[in-house]
Amino acid sequence: MGAIEAGCRYYFGYPITPQNDIPEFMSREMPGLNGEFIQAESEIAAINMVMGAAATGVRAMTSSSSPGISLKLEAISYMAGMELPCLIVNISRSGPGLGGIDASQGDYFQAVKGGGHGGYHIVVIAPASIQEMYDMTMHAFDLAEIYRTPVMILGDAVVGQMKEPLIPHPRPKTELPAKDWALRGTGGGAQRIVKSLFLGDGELEAHNWKLHAKYQQLQEKESRWEEYETSDATLIVTGFGSAARIAKTAVMMAREEGLKVGLLRPITLFPFPAEAFSVVTEHCKMILDIELNTGQMVEDVRLSVARDVEVFFYGRPSGTGSLPTPEELLGQIKRYL
Amino acid sequence: MGLMACDDFENQRRGYRMQQVFKRPAALKDVQTHFCPGCHHGTIHRLVAEALDEFKLQEKTIGVASVGCSVFLYHYFDIDVIEAPHGRAPAVATGVKRASPDSFVFTYQGDGDLAAIGTAEIIHAANRGEDITVIFVNNTTYGMTGGQMAPTTLLGQKTSTSPYGRRSEKEGFPIRVTEMLSGLEGVAFAARTAVNTPKNLMDAKRQIKKAFQYQVEGKGFSFVEVLSACPTNWGMDAVGANERIGNEMCEYFKLGVFKNTASL
Repeated sequence: MGAIEAGCRYYFGYPITPQNDIPEFMSREMPGLNGEFIQAESEIAAINMVMGAAATGVRAMTSSSSPGISLKLEAISYMAGMELPCLIVNISRSGPGLGGIDASQGDYFQAVKGGGHGGYHIVVIAPASIQEMYDMTMHAFDLAEIYRTPVMILGDAVVGQMKEPLIPHPRPKTELPAKDWALRGTGGGAQRIVKSLFLGDGELEAHNWKLHAKYQQLQEKESRWEEYETSDATLIVTGFGSAARIAKTAVMMAREEGLKVGLLRPITLFPFPAEAFSVVTEHCKMILDIELNTGQMVEDVRLSVARDVEVFFYGRPSGTGSLPTPEELLGQIKRYL
Repeated sequence: MGLMACDDFENQRRGYRMQQVFKRPAALKDVQTHFCPGCHHGTIHRLVAEALDEFKLQEKTIGVASVGCSVFLYHYFDIDVIEAPHGRAPAVATGVKRASPDSFVFTYQGDGDLAAIGTAEIIHAANRGEDITVIFVNNTTYGMTGGQMAPTTLLGQKTSTSPYGRRSEKEGFPIRVTEMLSGLEGVAFAARTAVNTPKNLMDAKRQIKKAFQYQVEGKGFSFVEVLSACPTNWGMDAVGANERIGNEMCEYFKLGVFKNTASL
């Protein structure tokens, strides 16, 4: 719904659980909106169709779940190199391999650290509610166009399939740059080329420095996070997506018991809100990071906190019956207070 | 006074006026290609460019380059181009055409790209009947990477990864892509051509034009295979390579129109 409100009319995907709600919804909606829906022959073909559509300047997207995203990484690397905007939704499942279809956060490294070849970043956003999923999907398309980059929404089976109230609203008005790079046929003007091959002396190095500058700019301007009861907290709980949602309930329970606990939840995973961690850890002494894996985001947390701050980790790699309860997390919080 | 001046003088005296009968197509840039001597890419580029000119398509064309010697399409064609990942050109072209249905969209792919790593993409784009044109350049080898065995490498043909010659029991058989695609309902036009003789070259031009006409008239997926020489990787001189097309390739890969649903 967020994608359609954001003006996306081109969806290309492939069936995989637990993201099938998205292609099923899009196959229903696109014909009535004069859009295009293709169930592609493979994840690889789907993302390459996104590439082709995006090159003409339209808003295009795909969605998948973890093993499918692995297949798409080739084209995601190409699009990062080509500087093509698009949206990729990963309603991630557990792994490695075929793994399972439970909620998991095992794809943090893949999403945030590049995943594909060549040393690139894409913007990664991790919503923790349906409303945020809707809002951030619209924001994702804007960011993609402003920075000319693929953007990933990283969710899991919890945020991808739960039902909760949503207040739809019009797409926010954002000033967007002209698409002077989009392919439309020369129309008698200058030739436009969308490519990622740079063989001339120094060309590729210059291109990589340009990409690097873009990533730095994203880091400076576009990181987002949620803070809850952090101002007087001795211990700050962190986590992203569904893990942070469960953790927030545990933090509320801890507050009811009079414990000085807060929550800092990164909403963007790349750019990582390092500055926010640096600020809160000037007064709090401990961070407890909770993830549905054996420790991935915690590496970025450790790099972001002020000196002499202890970073603890509690994780459950996913599988059936592995989702932690708020009570379980409250027990973890109390270990340190 | 040179011979040319004499002719000019004679022409003027007789009241003749000079007329240019052969020139570079507008869709091609005035640059030198990187192709090896005797390679047919330049010839095929020219045929494609002439067809673009003749249908006045240059300004509304989006070309899809593939991986291999054909990747530099944008260096030689004065058209908008996107460079697809290896084998993915038909999927990329699908996205381009769906998002920009008024554009003229073609892919230009070699046999490694189209018939090996891109097998799924070409079959399904063809089967969906995407309104695009595919130019498939078959030289029975991976040219850019140094002459390795391709899916179209002929039995017995020695390449850098089939040094003893391709054996059917280990490496299977050369794939006849045009015949294979012709069996799909979604394919509107499919032909195999060659550019080794003037006659074949003129026919290749006709088939490329027909394929373009299919897309111009919105009649569905069109496909032209062009048998092409790779003297460098075949270890032959240009003349010998040209002769191999007629003597060996045309024997296995029969020329002809395999599908022409609208009888254009």
